Amino acid sequence: MATTDRRTAVGTGVGFVVILVWCLLPVVWILSLSFKGVDETAAGSPQFLPKDWTLQNYKDILANPDFLDALRNSLGISLIATLLSVVFATLAAYAIARLEFKGKRVVLSIALAIAMFPVVSLVGPLFDMWTAIGLFNTWPGLIIPYMSFTLPLAIWTLSAFFREIPWEMEQAAQVDGATSWQAFRKVIVPLAAPGVFTAAILTFFFAWNEFVLAISLTTTTGSRTVPAQMSFFVGPDPFNPPYGQLATASVVVTVPIIIIVLLFQRKIVSGLTSGAVKG
Amino acid sequence: MSAVAAPRGAHTSRPKPKAPASDRAKAENRLGQRLVAPAVILMVLVTAYPMLQALYLSLFKYRLTTPDDRQFVGLGNYATVLTDSLFWRDTFNTVLIMVVTVAVELVIGFVFAMVMHRIVFARGAIRTAILIPYGIITVVSAFAWQFTFSLNNGWVNSAFAWLPGISPDTNWFGGYGTSMFAIMISEIWKTTPFMSLLLLAGLSQVSEDMIEAAKVDGATWWQRLRRVILPNMRAAIMVAVLFRALDAFRIFDNIFVMTKGAQGTASSSFLTYTQVIEQFQLGLGSALSVLLFLTVLLIAFGIVKLFRVDLAQARGEG
Repeated sequence: MATTDRRTAVGTGVGFVVILVWCLLPVVWILSLSFKGVDETAAGSPQFLPKDWTLQNYKDILANPDFLDALRNSLGISLIATLLSVVFATLAAYAIARLEFKGKRVVLSIALAIAMFPVVSLVGPLFDMWTAIGLFNTWPGLIIPYMSFTLPLAIWTLSAFFREIPWEMEQAAQVDGATSWQAFRKVIVPLAAPGVFTAAILTFFFAWNEFVLAISLTTTTGSRTVPAQMSFFVGPDPFNPPYGQLATASVVVTVPIIIIVLLFQRKIVSGLTSGAVKG
Repeated sequence: MSAVAAPRGAHTSRPKPKAPASDRAKAENRLGQRLVAPAVILMVLVTAYPMLQALYLSLFKYRLTTPDDRQFVGLGNYATVLTDSLFWRDTFNTVLIMVVTVAVELVIGFVFAMVMHRIVFARGAIRTAILIPYGIITVVSAFAWQFTFSLNNGWVNSAFAWLPGISPDTNWFGGYGTSMFAIMISEIWKTTPFMSLLLLAGLSQVSEDMIEAAKVDGATWWQRLRRVILPNMRAAIMVAVLFRALDAFRIFDNIFVMTKGAQGTASSSFLTYTQVIEQFQLGLGSALSVLLFLTVLLIAFGIVKLFRVDLAQARGEG
């Protein structure tokens, strides 16, 4: 027994290192690349670390108006889509977790179907519709589809979460003399807030990452988001992709993700798994 | 997932008088429907309506550059698509990517889940590390791996030059096989965390007592895995495979960034995108959209049948 336990411990230790390397190596690589100068990548620089460390890429990218516009669009669109999606999903999830009504299964089936929907199928018709009603190349033109595609995940996560809330505490508070509003605000909101917050993080990740619609439904930096902008960024020399600048832009857009993950990793894991596995 | 989830507490399922419908029940019914209405309307408006429009447009020869030339061709677009070798090549690529990445992720993801399940130290660190690929933008992952395999600026060639077949001037994006390999690596790197977290949730539902009992009865590690752990995780595995397979089938970002479909690496999504957005072939592109949608339905149906799990029942919504 003791030897198998030790073997398990060694295996787990090795696995730990392997996971860290596998997950972080590409991130360290773009970080390293972001410090390589233009001359170095143009000449070819196959070694992992830069020969001459430089901050020039960061200076260039943070002074690049197109990138800053894209960053603003990404932040604005993702945050608005997240906020609205979470509000709608909270209402729906409350009903699904707490109320008996006809059509509950239909709602859940629709959500499931949309979670699996091939987004690219919508590119043509949405392009056509958005051009006709003037939503093409605007913020709402992206926010609306982002909301629909994040609602399923948000509804699952939240309804799973709401089922675990001890709702009878609301009545208990009322028995103790609280008004219904006080009971809701002082008892239910603090209990529900972590779930709502988790759903918001997952929704934000989706909107921040989305690419197909972002390149199809936008044409200018007025509404183009960072992933779309990056994919069209060729730099001054089309035969030599601007490795360093693309890596730098990658680092800049990954920083918010890393901060969110560092602060809320436990919540994200529980949200992801409760939404998809426990339902 | 009632099969794996802890039983729902008594407080969450209040007894409901079924019939006759009291005023209270009617009011509850109305309130419930009103609360879900905004979400449902939004979801249906942005997917069902455009999908119906795609179905309609797919019956026309319709180029956006010459909108007045729209002409009804019936199922002509479908005939054009289904007899085109490009369509079948891209469908093959997509299925290949789906099968290979999901299979590899299932194995790697399970190993990751085992490590995360057993580990007693640095749980936060490992969770953080694993969530970074999950949260990172797919386009960024594609760039990171494109640069990794880059001929002039990648570190793979110099680091792995000792392997047969890899030399300092191996051009990964110069051929079909190696390009597909690079695309799949990026896809696997980005999405394994999702798979492993779902498997971890399934793994933590398997009773330790049962594994211990099998151990006492003399079952080997392999027997415990095959006869005790995996069967009890079936529901979690099924959900993970279903979601990942359909997600992999939609692969677009990695291909767009890494190869732009060069070397015959286009996927179904990529083909649809190029027809609609780059060629303005709205009629033909709509036919492709409809076919893509039907394929996704078919795959979902196939996986659900294969694993014999009723999703609605599995979600505890009987």
